[in-house]
Amino acid sequence: MTTDLFEKFQNTINDYNKLPKGELNPFTVSMDKVISPTEAIINGRKTILAGTNNYMGMTYNEECLKAAEEALRSFGTGTTGSRVLNGTYNGHKILEETLKNFYDVDHAIVFSTGYQANLGVIATLAGPNDYVVIDSDSHASIYDGCSMGNATVIRFAHNDPDNLEKRLERIRRKDPDAGILVVIEGVYSMLGDQAPIKELATAAKKHHAYVLVDEAHSIGVFGKTGRGVAQEQGVEHLVDFTVGTFSKSVGTVGGYCVSNHPQFEALRLVCRPYVFTASLPPSVVASANKALELIKDSNLRVKLLENSKRLNKGLADAGFNMGTTGESPIVAIIIDEKFTAVEYWQNMMLEGVYVNLAVPPATPNNLSLMRCSLSAAHTFEQIDYMLERFIKVGKKLGVLA
Amino acid sequence: MTQSTTEIFDQISDLMAPFNTKSINIKPDTSFATDLELDSLSVMDMLAAIEDHFDITVPLNILPDLETVGQVAEAVKSILEE
Repeated sequence: MTTDLFEKFQNTINDYNKLPKGELNPFTVSMDKVISPTEAIINGRKTILAGTNNYMGMTYNEECLKAAEEALRSFGTGTTGSRVLNGTYNGHKILEETLKNFYDVDHAIVFSTGYQANLGVIATLAGPNDYVVIDSDSHASIYDGCSMGNATVIRFAHNDPDNLEKRLERIRRKDPDAGILVVIEGVYSMLGDQAPIKELATAAKKHHAYVLVDEAHSIGVFGKTGRGVAQEQGVEHLVDFTVGTFSKSVGTVGGYCVSNHPQFEALRLVCRPYVFTASLPPSVVASANKALELIKDSNLRVKLLENSKRLNKGLADAGFNMGTTGESPIVAIIIDEKFTAVEYWQNMMLEGVYVNLAVPPATPNNLSLMRCSLSAAHTFEQIDYMLERFIKVGKKLGVLA
Repeated sequence: MTQSTTEIFDQISDLMAPFNTKSINIKPDTSFATDLELDSLSVMDMLAAIEDHFDITVPLNILPDLETVGQVAEAVKSILEE
């Protein structure tokens, strides 16, 4: 008997089949209608969106909509090709100029998704004789970039500069001249904690390693002009490569990498996830460009962090076991048991609040979470409504005393 | 000083304690996935403990080849001898 290629997924399939079918299945949510950045109709019910990474509420910004509509009419629905063949339009060049200006750097490359940006940059920069050193809580796109490349991959304990330093010392002892790329994230998406970039990057620099920071969850949210955590911490000079996404604060889809490395543009020739995929549609490029301009001068991040503090504090005061502190737009409560978390999620849906059910292996330390990613577009009334429903469901399920 | 595979195996068995939640008797053919029911993240955490104990670099690249505790002991031995 030959092997059924799906046999290896049997445990996953069994777990999935224990979940209810239909509207209470957490992995088949479908938005019937989207009303605004913070509200949608799901299963015929008006629902507050509390877990959509729409940090700045840019998806319905009038100026972004207008820019996208104009580009759609002028340049069509898609480019039908790679950036290196027919897929580079004027808009892509303008967007890269905007990014250079936004980050005050020499070079910027736009990718079709944030996932592809990490995949491409990590897999391409670190070759067979090089090392990639990654944080243990890294996003899947970072792990996958490592798998796709040919470098030796080393993992250090989450946000622990001493642990990183120890690993860099061992590499240098064995391989004094090897190229090393250290990869960290500005904000870690599940628990919203920030990397101590200064300490981590200082350890990296001591051992002549390059530093890549993924600011996917921090662009727009942190720093005086919204560049992210490195700007917030005043350590941009220690960062060699910044990766990010347009799919959160920027309100559309796409990824980027910026750098001051003089040879950076060579990536356009050798980075396969850049070369062998179609470029972003013109309307997406135009709205991303407009959103970046708006984010730079906006004070929306102040409102966003006020929202997060309000919900984090409310939940902590109510007695929840908190995974987050309010230092980022992520709000997460820890639920002891995975199936209680599923039940919690279902009850929140019935109460008209969409949050993320986050369970291992997507979460660190085997945690099950009810996770929110808030928006500057949420009103305090909406935040208070979420809080009230969190408490109601918590009492019902015995999560709160 | 060169260590034998048995000596290395014994040390690894001790390091496994926090990951051996079912308290099974660890033998060279004990497998991470089937016997210890460890997911890939736990196996990586375990490797980190091994790295620090032996003061070596264990690249994640070799993970797909490590199914049993005995195979890890062999891998550590060859890294120590490099």
